[in-house]
Amino acid sequence: MLEDKDRIFQNLYNDFGADLASAKQRGDWKDTKEICDKGREWIINEIKTSELRGRGGAGFPTGLKWSFAPKEVGSRPHYLVINADESEPGTCKDRDILRFEPHKLIEGCLIASYAVNAHKCYVYIRGEYFNEGQKLQTAIDEAYKDGLLGKNSAGTDWELDIYIHYGAGAYICGEETALLESIEGKKGQPRLKPPFPALIGLYGCPTIINNVETISVVPTILRRGGKWFSSLGRPKNTGSKIYCISGNVNNPCNVEEEMGIPLKELIEKHAGGVIGGWDNLKAVIPGGSSMPLLPKETCETIKMDFDACVENKTGLGTAGIVVINKDQDIIKCMARIARFYKHESCGQCTPCREGSGWMWRMLERMAKGEATRDEVDMLLDVTKQIEGHTICAFGEGSSWPVQGLIRNFKDEIIERNKFDPIVKKQKDIPYLVDQHLLEKENA
Amino acid sequence: MAVKKISKVQPEKFEFSKKNKETADSIIKNYPSGKQQSAVMALLYLAQKQNDNWIPLSAMKYIAKYLDMPYIKVYEVATFYSMYNLTPVGKYFFQVCTTTPCMLRGAYNLVDVCKRKISEEENCLSEDGKTSWLEVECLGACVNAPMLQLNEDYYEDLDPIKLEQIIDKISNDEVPQPGSYRGRLSSEPENTRKTLIGNKDA
Repeated sequence: MLEDKDRIFQNLYNDFGADLASAKQRGDWKDTKEICDKGREWIINEIKTSELRGRGGAGFPTGLKWSFAPKEVGSRPHYLVINADESEPGTCKDRDILRFEPHKLIEGCLIASYAVNAHKCYVYIRGEYFNEGQKLQTAIDEAYKDGLLGKNSAGTDWELDIYIHYGAGAYICGEETALLESIEGKKGQPRLKPPFPALIGLYGCPTIINNVETISVVPTILRRGGKWFSSLGRPKNTGSKIYCISGNVNNPCNVEEEMGIPLKELIEKHAGGVIGGWDNLKAVIPGGSSMPLLPKETCETIKMDFDACVENKTGLGTAGIVVINKDQDIIKCMARIARFYKHESCGQCTPCREGSGWMWRMLERMAKGEATRDEVDMLLDVTKQIEGHTICAFGEGSSWPVQGLIRNFKDEIIERNKFDPIVKKQKDIPYLVDQHLLEKENA
Repeated sequence: MAVKKISKVQPEKFEFSKKNKETADSIIKNYPSGKQQSAVMALLYLAQKQNDNWIPLSAMKYIAKYLDMPYIKVYEVATFYSMYNLTPVGKYFFQVCTTTPCMLRGAYNLVDVCKRKISEEENCLSEDGKTSWLEVECLGACVNAPMLQLNEDYYEDLDPIKLEQIIDKISNDEVPQPGSYRGRLSSEPENTRKTLIGNKDA
């Protein structure tokens, strides 16, 4: 277990208050000028040494991302955009950073802006986090007043302005290019990549987009050294991470722990165990709803980091752990997730727009035991046709949980849906995926 | 994708109040010159606040003129994002999160309470015309599930009885205290906190 002194987010539970004075007491804004004086190269190299990987879900190395920004500012200004559009079911870590550790984020914004030559930083907060956004705004105002932002930010001679942009309830705006579209005042529909935002991003200018947690850990890494950060966890999966444990546990909580902590330890030790005991565990979604679920056997041994999750055919994602016990109907749970994706698809690519609805409707029927035996394979086929055929990763995000369900609980689905298709009974209607629409008047 | 319906009853005119005009102008200044279109989301939200929590078509036209952009672009944005209400909702608007992490902790029991105490159908006004409710997707407070959003505030760690009490208070025009209803101040584990213990006593 990580020692308390090595936890970056000392105020995760708001023991001290989020104001500037207490943030400074915790060590924020200490030597910011000295850090920046060491230069861009040093900052980026130190982040590369720390092997920090993006905390927003994809796990892209942050130092590498920053190095993609053009070294010299040309005719177009550079932008830094912070992704605080936290909407992944099971994830609520950024909310606590915005509420309780806003100065870590703001200081991180200053250092990152300096490293990528940006004078303007936009923080894209989901619209529902109105109060959290207000708290961040209060912190930004405090920072301006104290000379930590503005013309000569914290004595670094660097000019930085931070603006908050509120979203309005679209999950897809957490995708970086959709987020840029949204800031530009358009529908949040992802762009084709390439060109990547680091070269052509917000308003066509070079833009670096990072998650709240990624940016918030940067100042501490630079103060304590990249080597310290990379000494936690294991190579390529370094540092600490806020895990959100929700669902059927006795004490759902957010907790900052070392990368690679066993899942069982997280659940048993921090979250007070599964409701009904460990043997009552059915499955765990390890990284927010987009990641395939893990059956109980894997949960016994798996370590929570990027590579270990991939080895177990899932992903760490945002580390939003959703625990499902045996009192729940697993098919219904996944059907609800499928409904989420059906609701949140932006509608740009046909496989995703139509397929997410298909998956939802099929799963709903499977949960009720109204589907046919063959449809299980058909559902798998549908997921395969969405995955990889869309502009953004939403296609994968919506089809992976369904694939995970079929991979681990196929027997259970078939047990409940044993019928032969209606065509085999020679009914006089064409065979459709949406068969139930014909059968039910109100559908 | 979610389908959004436009209200059949529409007011003829819409204009920002003086205060909102000032706010709108200061928001536009947050973006580079010539990129005032970026402010459309914030302005739509302002319009929604000003117009009893919903956006009429006249407001979209007004905002289009205000930002010098085509009306259809504003319409696109207003219909794309789910937080813009295009039909009237209650003065007290309950949004119950029912996505899986909340569902696992009994969010549908909250929905039943809403059905019983507010209105049978989603998005319908209650008998006294003050409240309405809606099932929404993940609100990002999964650790404090089940939860709901009442206007701008989160009400967390709920159960059916506590929700009934909240609704009763609302019908007397009393706004109950937002936050956790199990006494939590953050997303710390109850009873079994094992980390940052030293801070707790500090």
